[in-house]
This record gives sequence, structure tokens and C-alpha cells, in this order.
Amino acid sequence: MIDRDTVRHVAALSRLELHDDEVEPMARELSAVLGHIETIAELDLDGVAPTTDVVVARSGLRPDEPHVSLTRDAAVDQAPDASDDGFRVPSPQA
Amino acid sequence: MSTAYEPVIGLEIHVQLGTRTKMFCGCELSFGDPPNTHTCPVCLGMPGTLPTINREAVRLGLMIGMALGGELDDRLVFHRKSYFYPDLPKGYQISQFDRPLVSGGSLGDVRLERVHLEEDAAKLTHLGESGRIGGSTASVVDYNRGGTPLAEIVTRPDIHSAEQASSWLRLLRETLRQLGVSDVNMEEGSLRCDANISIRPVGTDGLGTKTELKNMNSFRFIEQGINAEVARQTRIVQDGGRVEQETLHFDPRSGSITSLRSKEGSHDYRYFPEPDLPPVAVPTELFDLARAAIPELPLDREARYVDVHGLNDESARLLAFRRELGDYYEATVAAAGATPDGEAAPDGVTRPAEPADDPADTRRQIANWIGNDLVRRLTAEDADDDAAGDPQASKVTPQALAALVALVRAKSITRKAGGQVLDALVAEGGEPAAIVERDGLAAIGGGDELRPVVQAALDANPDVVEKLRSGNMKPIGVIVGAVMKETRGRADAGAVTQLAREILGL
Repeated sequence: MIDRDTVRHVAALSRLELHDDEVEPMARELSAVLGHIETIAELDLDGVAPTTDVVVARSGLRPDEPHVSLTRDAAVDQAPDASDDGFRVPSPQA
Repeated sequence: MSTAYEPVIGLEIHVQLGTRTKMFCGCELSFGDPPNTHTCPVCLGMPGTLPTINREAVRLGLMIGMALGGELDDRLVFHRKSYFYPDLPKGYQISQFDRPLVSGGSLGDVRLERVHLEEDAAKLTHLGESGRIGGSTASVVDYNRGGTPLAEIVTRPDIHSAEQASSWLRLLRETLRQLGVSDVNMEEGSLRCDANISIRPVGTDGLGTKTELKNMNSFRFIEQGINAEVARQTRIVQDGGRVEQETLHFDPRSGSITSLRSKEGSHDYRYFPEPDLPPVAVPTELFDLARAAIPELPLDREARYVDVHGLNDESARLLAFRRELGDYYEATVAAAGATPDGEAAPDGVTRPAEPADDPADTRRQIANWIGNDLVRRLTAEDADDDAAGDPQASKVTPQALAALVALVRAKSITRKAGGQVLDALVAEGGEPAAIVERDGLAAIGGGDELRPVVQAALDANPDVVEKLRSGNMKPIGVIVGAVMKETRGRADAGAVTQLAREILGL
């Protein structure tokens, strides 16, 4: 089960601001999600290797040939704050 | 009595691979272009986009693995490494985790943990009074660099001094340069080094708590940074304290070390398999292509120069670690007819009709002339080692240097006069024999020509003669010097001494 400290930790890693009264509901909801997945843990999986993919692709590497990139204007168009120098963001350390 | 401590150092080196396009999209790599002119929805982290793996980056990664003798994986498995920072538009970096492309291997006396592929972060410029991270209020992001293919090379903690770290890193850089997988330019950030540093009492085996010193972009900073951090940890431990595990930034201007990402706490990257990139088998032909592209590497070339060419360690290392010097040396050796038996001479060099009379000595002399005399003349005084002159681009042809060495070896000119000939060759090119003729540099060999000069020098220094006669040969240097001055260096010092003895009846 997800406790309040875990919620606060994950929120901090995700740069989410949670009010105190949001922590408890969030813990409950995340616990429900994980509880659902824990159903799987009831299966007897002794001897079954952890598997993330069952298929290994035989092709799919991309040739090292340039495509046409976006124009600078198109690239920064959706940004709330940008200039010729780049996307402006709050200093990550401020 | 205080305990002595030794540093235990492992390095993590990020190398930008020399592909044309990014790791997971087809945007062209650039350095110095206007910000955000090489981006697309993939490398800007737009929702709904899918990464694709650059085949050339995989080939270059395999070449690194083969050159370092590591075990190569036959499939590519990528993970997401999550952290939030503006230089990472997706909120995660696609990297490798439990199945790196290369495991193990070694270079020189340092073992390797792994080499894996990943994408570079974007360039973040912090605005503000200090121009550095602390105290700035806004930053601008240029995503041109974001997504550049990187190989991260991780060593085992086999390094025990700052000097060893920097000299090993030079070896690695030269190896990667000669492999042709990267331009390994530290100033432009295509080779970056972090160091994991801990200390332990001398003679013990354990590992202390390590700190990570980030992004040192020159060999000098690496040495200074590691020395400063080792000193800091030693002070802490000797004062009875404990080293905290943290990420540190070394400021070369002040020599101080500051904690970098303290707010982020310990690393919590929550790696998980990249769902957008199912595992891909590495095509067999890619292994073959990588293997076929590996040239002779610096350590192998150094060993060949010592074992087969008979050079001393110092000459061998210098010539092997600077490919242009080694190539020039081999061309000169071939022009002198001194290529070792069983070794092919480089293309484009005319070999003489007669082989050198003593090939091993000829090779040693050529190595000395290149390593000492020529490099010094071609190197501008203020240039750093990277910019040092390339003899292949100079006016001194391998044939001319071979001829010069032959003249000195045959005592047709003195070593000193040889230096004057080399000065002329560097300045204007040409043939040594013609320069000797033109400038009157031929050695004064026979006693007929040299005897009167020695006689005159003895006559001019009666006090020296008195000492020589009394059995004190030390001041003979005065006579040799006087003769050299008179003959502008064309006399053989041994012959002068011999003649002086004869004249004085000693």
C-alpha cells in the first residue's frame, strides 16, 4: 500500500505540488491501482523469468540519414516563453 | 600518528558519437548552429512520437566495445531513466540499464565495467548575475544537442591518483580518436568526464563512501578537481567525520567544491523498460562492419614500436599516441630503408636502393629526430599539445629527414650542424645535402683541416693547457667550445679531444 510519505516523494520527483488535503486521497487512489496489479502477484510464477518483451525485432534500425528538421519558429511556436536564444524556463535551481 | 589514505577512483566518460544524425531521430547533429534549428517532434519530446534507433551509433558503440575487449550484447535493450530537468524534454532519458551494449573489457591497467548507448541532454544556459547555476533566476534551453548519440564508458575503481586518472583518460581519448568514433573534443563537450571518488586507509581493500565529481572539461581540471576532492575527504575523515554521498561541482577558478543537486536527494531514476523500443537483435553484418573498421590502436602500436622497431618506451609512446607522428615516422623509416623485416612500408614512399646499414639504430635516430628536434621546431610556444605541429603538413619530407639522419649517422655532418640543416628544412624545405653544401656545414673530419684550429685554441688558452698537462682533463670542454665556435659547430667533439691529446703528447 502507498503511504503518505511515498506520495510526497513521488510528487517531489515529478515536480508536482500537492496540498496537504490532496495527499490522503492520492495515497488511496494509487493504492487502489497497485492493489489491482497485485492480483497478478497471486499467480504462481515460480520458474518464470521476468519478461518485459516476448518479441525481439529482427529489423528496425534507422539509417543514419538526416531528415528535415523543424524551423526554429515552428519549434518554439507553442512555448509560453521563447526567444532566438532558446526556450526560456525558470531556473531549475532557483 | 595519523592514518595514510589512498584515493579510489572510477571514471564515467560520455562520448558524443560521430554520427550524422541523433540517436533516436533523423535531426542532423551540429555544433555552434543557432539554437533550436535542429529539432523535431521526437527530440522535443512531443506526445505521440516514437524513437527509432540510429544504426550507425550502434556500429560505433560496437567498435568501442571491440577495441576495449568487452563482451558484446547481441540485442539492444533500452530503458527510461526518469528525472525532471529542463534539458530533458520527455522527463526521461532513453538509456541502457541492465543490458548494456558492452560488458567488461579493459584499456591498459584499468578494467571497464560497461559501455552503453544513450541520448545526450539539451544545452541549458543559466542567465543571471553569476553566470553559473547558483543564484540565477532563468535559463534558456537549446535542444540542438538534445538527442545526440552518446556512449557512456564506465570504469572499475582501478585508479589511485589524479595523475593516473588524467593519463589514462588521455589514452582513452587517443584510442577513441584513432578509432574514429568521435572527435573527442573536450572543450566542445564531445568528451566529458565524471569521477567517482572515495578514500580508504592504505593497505585495505574496502570501498569508502564515494562522491561524484561532475563534468570536468580538461585534463588539468580533472587533476585539480580530483586532488581537491581527495584532500576534502581526507580532512573530513581525519577530523572524525563521515563523507556524505553526493554529487559535486568543481570550480577551477576558485578551486572550491560545491554540492550540485542536493535538492534532488539521492538518485531515484525509476528505470523501466522503454515501451516505445522493443528489444532489437543487432544485425550480424553490423558486427562484421564494426570489426573491419578497427585500425591499429595506440597501445598495440606502442608495443610494436618497442618489440619490433626496437624503440625505447618514451619514443614509442609519443609516436604511437599521436597518429600523425607515427605515420610520419614510418614513412621516414621506409625512406631510409629501415622498415623492419616482415613489415610493409607505407604507400607512397620511395624506398632507397640500398637498405640502411644498421636499421635498428637508424630507426632509433629517426624517432629521436622526430620526437625531440622536429616536434619542438613545429610546435608554437603557446600551443597546447593538441595543436602541436603535424610534420606531414610541414616542408620537411620523410625523404629529407631520412637523408639528414643518414648524413649525421655517417658523420658527414655533426649532430649540431644537423640541427641547422633541420632549421633550414623546416623554414624552406629542400634537400639536406644541398643545404649542407650551400651553407658550408660539412663536418671538418680530417686532421689536416681541424688540427690548425685546435692548435689555435690551445695557444689561446695557456692556463687550460697547463691543467691538461697536469692530468686534469676537465677543462677540455673549453677547447672543444672554442673550436666549435670557430667552426660553427662543424667539428666532431671526439675528434677535437683526440687531436688536442695528440698535439699535447698526452
